[in-house]
Amino acid sequence: MGKQHYQITVNGEARDVLAEPRELLIHTLREQLSITGPHIGCETSHCGACTVDIDGRSVKSCTVFIAQAAGREITTVEGLGTPDAMHPLQEAFREHHGLQCGYCTPGMITRAYRLLQENPSPTEEEVRFGIAGNLCRCTGYQNIVKAILAAAAEMNAAKEAAE
Amino acid sequence: MIPARFDYHRPGDIAAALAILGEHGDEARVIAGGHSLIPMMKLRMTDLAHLVDLQDIAELRDIAVEGGTVRLGAMVTQHDLIASAELAQAAPLVREAALQIADPQVRYCGTVGGNVANGDPGNDMPGLMQCLGATFHLVGPGGERTVAARDYYEAAYMTAREDDEILTAITFAVPSGGYAYEKQKRKIGDYATAACAALVTMEGGRCTQASIAMTNLSDVPVWSEAAVQALVGTGCEADAIGAAVEAARADIDPTEDNRGPVDFKRHVAGVMIRRAIERAVSRA
Ligand SMILES: Cc1cc2nc3c(=O)[nH]c(=O)nc-3n(C[C@H](O)[C@H](O)[C@H](O)COP(=O)(O)OP(=O)(O)OC[C@H]3O[C@@H](n4cnc5c(N)ncnc54)[C@H](O)[C@@H]3O)c2cc1C
Ligand code: FES
Ligand code: FES
Repeated sequence: MGKQHYQITVNGEARDVLAEPRELLIHTLREQLSITGPHIGCETSHCGACTVDIDGRSVKSCTVFIAQAAGREITTVEGLGTPDAMHPLQEAFREHHGLQCGYCTPGMITRAYRLLQENPSPTEEEVRFGIAGNLCRCTGYQNIVKAILAAAAEMNAAKEAAE
Repeated sequence: MIPARFDYHRPGDIAAALAILGEHGDEARVIAGGHSLIPMMKLRMTDLAHLVDLQDIAELRDIAVEGGTVRLGAMVTQHDLIASAELAQAAPLVREAALQIADPQVRYCGTVGGNVANGDPGNDMPGLMQCLGATFHLVGPGGERTVAARDYYEAAYMTAREDDEILTAITFAVPSGGYAYEKQKRKIGDYATAACAALVTMEGGRCTQASIAMTNLSDVPVWSEAAVQALVGTGCEADAIGAAVEAARADIDPTEDNRGPVDFKRHVAGVMIRRAIERAVSRA
């Protein structure tokens, strides 16, 4: 099967891409759409650097064909916040030194986002279990866990203030 | 890591999926969560011309507990299994095992049907389903037939399913008594060095029923009848459990690989089987 048109929604925007069905979603995002937040760490489904959100699920985009993703809504780290209006998770990673080289960070934050949607007040152990699919070779995880717990508290406080 | 070319199909119901499989024979393969198949395709270890995606077939997605029977649609994901309160109530063993599979991202994609259909000795659900005495429902051009989980596995990647059949559901009776799934792995996201599922029912201090099955300790999952016989009728004291562990260990046939030599695997198997039985007894 040659190239086909596929419709996906990425960070709220409808996109049409021309690709062979075998193209991996990570390549569509990075090479066709220049959305380079999701990184390629291992390309073998292990590291989580390529994590994106697809219809409310954290997914390793190196292990999804564009054909499978067609019709779905995809959120990457770019869709969570901008440098001027950062998401509380992005803010907390900066504040708590949740990153060093930053390679794992987009995947970490995208995964943490879904974790907090499902469990807004996780324990430290639940955070560690919830990000077990994301590897970091720099931080030793300690500050990543701290940042996620701090973001959870911040998001809960903001929700309460709004009510 | 680019897989070879294929044609992609996304049928909306089982009949349409079967028609595509019928047309293309062994050139076609179904894809569920893709988290076993895509890694194999990337390594070019699996060759196929047609991929039939089951994601749009809504009838494969249900979890139902009715009249003492649990029915899991093939496309129910490991994440769905963990999230289902109904299932946690009816068969907490399934949730306990699902939580030990892979990592969160993989569990959002990996399906129970793909896990049992795959035939990889490393998959955890085949042993689990043998422990539960589950039945697999297969639909092909001639209609539906059922195969017991304990009769389904022939060798690594060789199962009772024909190329033109789709596994649509898994059913099993709501289990009673205590349960445990114990798994040793080198790290999160690794397959088992050894794993064991156990169910034990005690009445008046006596074991009346038990089921013991093991993962990745042979080229197929191993359900140990001898281990069951060693437990039933006893009070599950230390020596009875010891005899059951030895009986189960006699039924396995591990091979050396990067998880260790055979002696090490036999040792780890013994530890996992013992822990699984002891914890199941403590919950019985
Ligand atoms: C990093 C990583 C770690 C993992 N760790 C574990 C682990 O510890 N334990 C474990 O058990 N698994 C593990 N897995 C595998 C994961 O659970 C798989 O997703 C699962 O085994 C297969 O399910 P799937 O839906 O992804 O199937 P797919 O990959 O889509 O399919 C697998 C095979 O089954 C066939 N198939 C799928 N569905 C059907 C159906 N309904 N009818 C007929 N045939 C079908 C396909 O044709 C294919 O041959 C891991 C995977 C990864 C990437
Ligand atoms: S690049 Fe996808 S999991 Fe590592
Ligand atoms: S910050 Fe370098 S890999 Fe995580």
